[in-house]
Amino acid sequence: MWRRSPSFILDRTSSSPPMAADTTRTPIQNPDSISAYYQTRAAHHGVITSEWLSQAQAAVGGVVSGDEHPVSSLNELGNEKSFNVIEEFNSWRKQPDLAEAVAAIRALAAVIRASEATTMMELEIELKKASDTLKSWDKTSISLTAGCDLFIRYVTRTSALEYEDFNSAKSRLLERAEKFGEISCKARRIIAMLSQDFIFDGCTILVHGLSRVVLEILKTAAQNNKLFRVLCTEGRPDGTGVLLSSELSKLDIPVKLLLDSAVAYSMDEVDMVFVGADGVVESGGIINMMGTYQIALVAHSMNKPVYVAAESYKFARLYPLDQKDMAPALRPIEFGLKIPTKVEVERSARDYTPPQYLTLLFTDLGVLSPSVVSDELIQLYL
Amino acid sequence: MDTRRGALAVPKVRRVGFFTPTEPPPESSQRPNRSQSGPVEATTSSSPLSDSPSGNLISPVLIPPSRHHSDNLTSHAAAPVPVPGPAAFRRYLAHDRSLHIGSYNAPDSLLGTSPPSSNGEFSEDSVSLFGFQRSDSTKLSASFPNGGFDLTLAVRAPQEPETKIATASASEGKKKIAEVSGKSESVTTKPQKEKEPKSLKDKTTKAERRAIQEAQRAAKGEGKRHADESGKANPGMAAKKPQPKKERPPVTSSVSEKTAVAVEKEKRMDVPQTQMQYDDKSRVDKAKRRAVVEQTEIKNKVELFLHLPQYERGNQLPNLSSSFFTLDTIHHAVYKVGLQHLAGDISGDNARCIAMLQAFQEAIKDYTTPPMKDLTMDLTTKINGYVSFLIECRPLSMSMGNAIRFLKNQIRKLPVNLSEPEAKASLCSDIGRFIDEKIILADKVIVQHAVTKIRDGEVLLTYGFSCVVEMILLYAHEIGKKFRIVIVDARPNLEGQKLLRRLVTRGLDCTYTHINAISYIMREATRVFLGASSIFSNGTLYSKVGTACVAMVANAFSVPVIVCCEAYKFHERVLLDSICSNELGDPDAVANIPSFITKAKQSKMMDNNKNLQFLNLMYDSTPSEYISMIVSDYGMIPPTSIPVIVREYRRENLLL
Repeated sequence: MWRRSPSFILDRTSSSPPMAADTTRTPIQNPDSISAYYQTRAAHHGVITSEWLSQAQAAVGGVVSGDEHPVSSLNELGNEKSFNVIEEFNSWRKQPDLAEAVAAIRALAAVIRASEATTMMELEIELKKASDTLKSWDKTSISLTAGCDLFIRYVTRTSALEYEDFNSAKSRLLERAEKFGEISCKARRIIAMLSQDFIFDGCTILVHGLSRVVLEILKTAAQNNKLFRVLCTEGRPDGTGVLLSSELSKLDIPVKLLLDSAVAYSMDEVDMVFVGADGVVESGGIINMMGTYQIALVAHSMNKPVYVAAESYKFARLYPLDQKDMAPALRPIEFGLKIPTKVEVERSARDYTPPQYLTLLFTDLGVLSPSVVSDELIQLYL
Repeated sequence: MDTRRGALAVPKVRRVGFFTPTEPPPESSQRPNRSQSGPVEATTSSSPLSDSPSGNLISPVLIPPSRHHSDNLTSHAAAPVPVPGPAAFRRYLAHDRSLHIGSYNAPDSLLGTSPPSSNGEFSEDSVSLFGFQRSDSTKLSASFPNGGFDLTLAVRAPQEPETKIATASASEGKKKIAEVSGKSESVTTKPQKEKEPKSLKDKTTKAERRAIQEAQRAAKGEGKRHADESGKANPGMAAKKPQPKKERPPVTSSVSEKTAVAVEKEKRMDVPQTQMQYDDKSRVDKAKRRAVVEQTEIKNKVELFLHLPQYERGNQLPNLSSSFFTLDTIHHAVYKVGLQHLAGDISGDNARCIAMLQAFQEAIKDYTTPPMKDLTMDLTTKINGYVSFLIECRPLSMSMGNAIRFLKNQIRKLPVNLSEPEAKASLCSDIGRFIDEKIILADKVIVQHAVTKIRDGEVLLTYGFSCVVEMILLYAHEIGKKFRIVIVDARPNLEGQKLLRRLVTRGLDCTYTHINAISYIMREATRVFLGASSIFSNGTLYSKVGTACVAMVANAFSVPVIVCCEAYKFHERVLLDSICSNELGDPDAVANIPSFITKAKQSKMMDNNKNLQFLNLMYDSTPSEYISMIVSDYGMIPPTSIPVIVREYRRENLLL
């Protein structure tokens, strides 16, 4: 499946995490103003601001919740089906260890399972509809879009002619969707192993945001008895840095927490910067949590390498030209003090870092320079 | 071997263009292939693709790469076909011609092969127009004797997609060659070694050259004998390698198998050609003797650009148009297009390319195969003649080069059993398809993509005139986007005025300024849209002169620069500066300012001044770091991805 992936680097095959379907689902309508993606992330982090809670509750109100298993609930027809895709997706998304793209693909797999289509074409159309609803439901999530695209791409390229009958083709698709969960986990391991060569004894690593991949990298480095120090940015307003630093201190890694504004101040003692990514775009740049761009700028001007850890399913066919050239992902921000209503608040949750400020991308396809991203995407989508 | 390569580094002739010393190797590496593979297999088979790196690069998800952007295409297919207006890029330079010349003199210049006997006309033709390249290529081929290819093979292969085919079979082929060449080398090395020091010198006397030729001829004779001995598998191969250049039509070789010829020809066409250097007196003279168009050189040439053709324009037009009805070698449609190019009636890359292809279409319709001749061979020769005529009228653009390459491929790939009318019909429809899919539909796709990057309230800056940019702006206006346009223009062509007129009549909000004010006006702009004449595989944009300036200023103001370019204009070459490959316009256009009252007097005074030279460059190159994004029919890609597109799709473009 991952033919070109350097998975040989894994000494042992990682088992996929138990994928018990979450039965307690809270089907929430996507509130317009707030990025669902960041809501989920915030939920995973366990940092829920009071404002967010109230908004979430307001959003949940009025939506009927059921106890049905999401998969079985898909055996309905018409308009309800598209609605169910979202439910399904949300139920998968609740699992903190499961990546957004994988959740999307699982949801689409559920669509296949529930589908009564008898031809590949029908199935394709059904899937397309489902993925469109998913995508339009949360436009801010890049990995959701990328995951849907990826899966649709696979389905459209799998000709039913390759298989004797439609059912075997269908089961092949399902099997593949299942594998995605595995891949997601395996990809993190691969990236962690690949990045070990870059972490040397005595180095200081600056980390921004709470990325599961970056955490995996640091964990692996600690397990390999590397001696290094981590500087964590605070990561307002989610407090991601606080979470990450507590995780790292559990692993006995020396860690120091910084204010987001103290990046330039401490940059001269930093040897490398590690960030995750919400999405990797066609130019080779990344879209990531707010603050990544300025850290990359500071690091670039001080000639420090910036490494990005991202799984390949985050590669998206987007090409932002500047910061405003993407769908804004808004989130609530707590300032502690009361803010006069006349004061405008920048609530965007992420920024775009152009490729020239990135040194390397660690992906499960290998360690890539930013320009290779586009090559991979061209091969994938064209 | 190293010393031999050394000889290349200091060639006798000043090489400015894309005259890479590594050029012979791909040819030689292909040679083994020729003897081995059947004619069709080499071009059309998909196996090269799977051999190429791309084959291994299959995505993480194991999805086989789909083909073109056909989804997009089909959705727009029904829309009416716009005739692309003339674009900002007018003239192209000699380096494109290499493509076409390629098919002419590849055997001579690169391999030192004598053209196959089966088409005497072909060889005659090639000699007639570009025979001048021979003496130079002697040196090239001489410095790469028989075994030479494997050294350089690796270097060259990644750049030239076509050679990939060869590399696969090269290893096997090498063995065979080794046997043959081993023998011939023993004979030929002496004359070659003798010759090397000479090629190092800047000039060789006539006597010396004669001596070399004699030696080479002798060597060739030897080689042939050896080749015959060593088996029929590759007749003439050994003979070709050491073969010298001759100043007259080469002796026809003993190769008579048609298949072998076809494959060989194919190779020749695929190899990028060396460019004619116009500062080489003897060759230019030879070229002139054969030319249909009489050209007079301008008087005060700029030293740095001596290698480019510098002819006075305009004075040969009356002669040509009078001979319209007497000239029977050139089809009247092609002749007409040639004159239009010459007079500047058609400008703009797309327009020129379409006009040329349509002329070819007509010429093919009227074509009848002469008795005792083969359609594939004869038609290629005919097309070659047309192309060289067009080059005389005005150097071809890169896009025209690609289109001609496509056409020749189609001709070559015609099934043997096809009847003449069928073959003609198939070629005509192929040409029509090329125009539709690669130019017209590509433009529509580009418009669709580019429009997503225009937001309300933006100020778009454009330079000169590009028909794609015009389409984008008009479409964005049509779908109700609110934006303002700044048109930057430059003397002497002032093409921006045409764009301005068209946009203003459609009710768009425009600002018009000259390039002198670029640093002032750039402050306002939020996006820069540029057209392109070609984009090279290192991401260098080759476009109307002044484009680089605009892109650099935009970069300094951190304004994103978006280049709109159809994928058929991509080229696998690498361009580093604007000097080695360019086109020179009419110098008088620079000198004469319309408002000068004493214009005639002025220019007369200027003409007589020997210390005064006018330089009217047509193109410049913009390094890729100043380009934020390229919008092509393959979507929005960064300039670093051009080689990927070229690598992945060049072959398919040829297949189409």
